[in-house]
Amino acid sequence: MNIKFKQETFRGDFTYRNSPENIRRFPFPFHEDKYMYSVNMEPHVPAGPKGFAFESLIDVDEHYISEMHDRALVLKEDPLRCQALPHMMAGQWDVLELIMEQQAAGYPEHFSLTKNGDQWHWINRPMGIDQKFTFGDASTLPYEPMEYITRQAQGDFCIVDQRDNNLWMDAGMVTTQADWSLDFDIGMNFMEWHGPVPLAHQMGVFDRALKFLLNLQQSKPVRRLNWTMTINPRLDTSPENYPKWGPDRMTVTPENIGDKVHLRCELQSLWRLPRSNAILFVIRCYLLKMEELVQVPKWARRFHRVLRDLPPELADYKGLTKFRPMTIDWLSKYDDGAPTSSGIFPE
Amino acid sequence: MSINTDMAVQVAAIIQVAEKVKRFRLVRVDGLPLPVFSGGAHIVVSMLDGDLLRRNPYSLMSSPTDQTAYEISVLQVEKSRGGSAFLHEKLNVGDKLTISQPLNLFPCDVRGRKHIFMAGGIGITPFMAMMDQMTRESSNFELHYAMRDRKHGAYWQELQQRYAAHRVKIYFDVEKLFIPTDAILANQPLGTHLYVCGPSGMIDGVLNKATALGWPKQNLHSERFLAPLPGDIFKAELKRSKKTITVGTHQSILEAVEAAGIDAPYLCRGGACGQCETSVLGCEGIIEHNDIFLEPEDKASGKTIMICVSRVKGQAITLDL
Repeated sequence: MNIKFKQETFRGDFTYRNSPENIRRFPFPFHEDKYMYSVNMEPHVPAGPKGFAFESLIDVDEHYISEMHDRALVLKEDPLRCQALPHMMAGQWDVLELIMEQQAAGYPEHFSLTKNGDQWHWINRPMGIDQKFTFGDASTLPYEPMEYITRQAQGDFCIVDQRDNNLWMDAGMVTTQADWSLDFDIGMNFMEWHGPVPLAHQMGVFDRALKFLLNLQQSKPVRRLNWTMTINPRLDTSPENYPKWGPDRMTVTPENIGDKVHLRCELQSLWRLPRSNAILFVIRCYLLKMEELVQVPKWARRFHRVLRDLPPELADYKGLTKFRPMTIDWLSKYDDGAPTSSGIFPE
Repeated sequence: MSINTDMAVQVAAIIQVAEKVKRFRLVRVDGLPLPVFSGGAHIVVSMLDGDLLRRNPYSLMSSPTDQTAYEISVLQVEKSRGGSAFLHEKLNVGDKLTISQPLNLFPCDVRGRKHIFMAGGIGITPFMAMMDQMTRESSNFELHYAMRDRKHGAYWQELQQRYAAHRVKIYFDVEKLFIPTDAILANQPLGTHLYVCGPSGMIDGVLNKATALGWPKQNLHSERFLAPLPGDIFKAELKRSKKTITVGTHQSILEAVEAAGIDAPYLCRGGACGQCETSVLGCEGIIEHNDIFLEPEDKASGKTIMICVSRVKGQAITLDL
């Protein structure tokens, strides 16, 4: 499958759009007409209709080149978006191997990896990269291994160390985040970095999730979907840049909802890493405009109902309060009350 | 959804490395590379002993980066549950086994400034992989290795040769040479981590001493070689499948369910993930909850069970399956 990569922006003039094919591969995060927190993890194995975002386990799509360009811009302004504590080097190499192997396996026409002992050869055709290096010797790469490979992979990546029956945010590349900061969270444990989430603690969600993750096994990655909403197709909605994107929420009007308001889905996958025994936490962000979303009638009906019935605490935490009523109103035109089929895939 | 990532392996070599200790070299049948692992990891070996399927965990002792073969060392024990006797007496080069993916419940804390390993007898095996890994990472470690005598002790000559005698100290019970635990534990720089693997008595002794000397809990690591928990035979009635099955002594409910051809959800098979949590509709007996997933009040309720590890002491259980 040859992907036609687009040239577009996630800032300034915001030219980001989804092609009709790309809309239907969006990992729509609601399997039913309502939403509440749960430990909604399932095996990360290929699933869904042909071409869906679950087809390859490290997904590459038409926005690849533009997203990598946006990441480079973020890093240029703020190098602290990529950090690794000194004890995470084995985990960095684990991540480099995982991403190279997955991208080469999923998209052989775009990526290839050749290994000869520790002499590796990586080719990334879309980005015009041809790199020979020694696996395990960081001096043979232009960046440290995690930064090197995550400048060539869509999504945010956190390497989470496991010790003392807890998980620790000890390395990461985070430039497409929904309002959280690696620089703030680095070194924190699982309970600390989830501290601000409302309701879920009382439900025991994090206790269960932590227990589950501590036992995550090699070769058995898991995934879950998370979501929020973003005004304008902006990948970098970081606390550091809040002054740049926070005010966007005041610009929504009934006339521009279809273009400005986006459903932001995170395809989160978790992988046990072999050398370091750490966990790789991939947070891959997908953006879908309301006018794109309503092209799939099932998603239009369902998202209207989810948003309408969302507990107010969740709407506040996700930062939707300002534009939620207007968006519900806009979406209601696309909800005829017909029943929807279960599951996330388009009908 | 059940995903099987087990690997078929073949025995490439069996070597008697000491009195009552054999090393088994396992290579993949399909010729693919074995997964890299981290020092301290173990695999579960499934062996078909006649009609009986045995599953035992063994620490991986080969180099964690060697993807051509895994090596395990097995002690021949007097009162074997069957696994050790099978491997020592019945298994031949060329025979096939099934192994799980590596799982590490005894990892190193790589932030440690210094690592002290204390091994008793066959408890040496996880440290062999750890020392290989630490050498590559240029970490500071020392090993204190206690054995019964020179004949029963495995690998001590090789280890001293490879890592030098000042890093590998050996002690033999019959020669009245014992690990000077007090002296070792009392004189360590901050940031030292201690790892113990061996008989339960040794582990308890060392950990108690370290705790008394004020070592932080986070710096103490141990792994016990416990046999998986067997239990009495009982019946399980699967309400939705309209079947009654028998759960054997060394079988989990989940395994018995699978043997009956019924697909039950599971993920970790270790009592941790919650995936196989099953509603209990009735029970003639007491549920032995062996999982770490359910809260104490859930366990006390008797209404739910993790069928991968928990079982029944009594006659029968009725499950919503």
